[in-house]
Amino acid sequence: MRARQLAIRNFKTILRDPLSLGLTIGLPSVMLFILQPLQDVDEFFTPTNLAPGIVLFGFVMLMFSSAMILSRDRETALFPRLLTAPLTSGDFLSAYSAPYLVIAVVQAGVIFAMAAVLGLEFEGSAMLVVLIMVSMAVLYVGLGIVLGAVLGVAPISGAYSAVLLLTIFAGTWFDLNQIGGPIQAVEDLLPFVHALDAARDVMTNGAGLGDIASDLTWVLAYTVAVVVVAGAAFRRRLVE
Amino acid sequence: MVSRGESHFGGPAVELNGLSRSFGGSTVVDGLDLSIGPGELFSLLGPNGAGKTTTIRMLCCLLRPTGGTATVMGRDIITDRLAVKRVIAVSPQETAIAEQLNAWENLSLMAALHGVGKAETRRRSGELLDMLALAERASERVKKYSGGMKRRLSIAMALVSEPEVLFLDEPTIGLDPQSRRGMWEHIEQLKGRTTIVLTTHYLEEADSLADRIGIVDQGRLIALGSPAELKRQVGGAQATVVEADNLTDDAISALRGVYPNIRAIDGGVEIEGDDVRLHDIEDCLRPRGVTVRAAYEKHVTLDDVFIELTGKELRE
Repeated sequence: MRARQLAIRNFKTILRDPLSLGLTIGLPSVMLFILQPLQDVDEFFTPTNLAPGIVLFGFVMLMFSSAMILSRDRETALFPRLLTAPLTSGDFLSAYSAPYLVIAVVQAGVIFAMAAVLGLEFEGSAMLVVLIMVSMAVLYVGLGIVLGAVLGVAPISGAYSAVLLLTIFAGTWFDLNQIGGPIQAVEDLLPFVHALDAARDVMTNGAGLGDIASDLTWVLAYTVAVVVVAGAAFRRRLVE
Repeated sequence: MVSRGESHFGGPAVELNGLSRSFGGSTVVDGLDLSIGPGELFSLLGPNGAGKTTTIRMLCCLLRPTGGTATVMGRDIITDRLAVKRVIAVSPQETAIAEQLNAWENLSLMAALHGVGKAETRRRSGELLDMLALAERASERVKKYSGGMKRRLSIAMALVSEPEVLFLDEPTIGLDPQSRRGMWEHIEQLKGRTTIVLTTHYLEEADSLADRIGIVDQGRLIALGSPAELKRQVGGAQATVVEADNLTDDAISALRGVYPNIRAIDGGVEIEGDDVRLHDIEDCLRPRGVTVRAAYEKHVTLDDVFIELTGKELRE
């Protein structure tokens, strides 16, 4: 109940910055629209291949926003005041992440809807893709919470750039196999490429849960780890 | 049924037992022992860096003590933080508001976080907004407010939950005199039913509002008592200051025959006692060619107490 009140405040703060919100939701869709004509040159650029990558691109922007709102709050006297309210670290974690998870669902929905208009093909289970994308949304927003709880406003931009590059190099709008080498080796240890591979495999080849179990394990393990770290970061902030 | 602001807890509202806090090698709060009764308005005074805000931050569970402990309404600030937070509210020194919300929303947020129902929140918010002259612009986003308006709202956010224990850290700093007076009246109304711990730079504020005052310096409690007790402790008996021209040692000796407790000060004398009569002074001094320019009762102020005890002006 108390967490909900703080989540509502955070949601209002996001909604009252319509330019940022519009860019966060609109820009990935524009990217999809701009890139998909390239499918005439390279079949990788079909809406089916692009949509999961574009969704992750949008999630990176949400990560940045969630990190910024928390970091900005921490730099004001409001945050210590909130810390004197009877809220647990779990309350803070859910209050700062829930609004972004709602926006992530809207953002992903808009991207998939646009991809559908442009010719998205869906062979497998939509629920599996939803599971992968929701898990990635939690992971990115959780990363944002960790960054916002630990870093000041200025260093967040650097961290955002790093996560953005890692997400793009995971193959948002190209095939990671074409790059290979150390970049692929690093990406294979991170969740982004596994999320993309799993989602594309389900959508293009109709892969089932058993087929994507390995990739899904990577994604879920990272997601759980990030949520645990985010909770710990808030616990550390509760009392100095 | 126990309403907010009341408690069946019978012990001290706030109790500090050797409470200490160090940062690195520097001890900011050094073994504070203190007991504040339910409904008491207790003022913590001290020069900058004396450890007042650090003490309040520990009592609000924002800062972990490095020594000792404390309880708020019987709940331990180290082991039972959530329970402490349920019964407190704090107005920090800095303006602490959500800029993207309007005044109503800011007050509703703090009330909801402390579990106050909607109807009660509306009533209390309306009263506070009226009292602090914010009602007319209560629906505007507060980022458009002036600094003074933001400050007033920040204080109101501490008051709206009507907690059992209220921590006011320099609440009236940055307020115009009218708002300050309104705030004092509101604090007066809370006395008796809410325990208030107040830090302030305005000594007249502590003098007129506080039931008891604790003076801290270098993290230690160096004096404790009601404003009257502290003044007596420092100022001794009542005194009269006599300013005079041509005052000689002979004249002072003669006056000492009438009033034994007398001491020379710059441009006159100070006579201790509560039965000093001007015509006795003039009868003694005039024949010796001394002209009395002025005579007045010396009032010991908290400023005097503060300077005497800490050797510093409060604003240092």
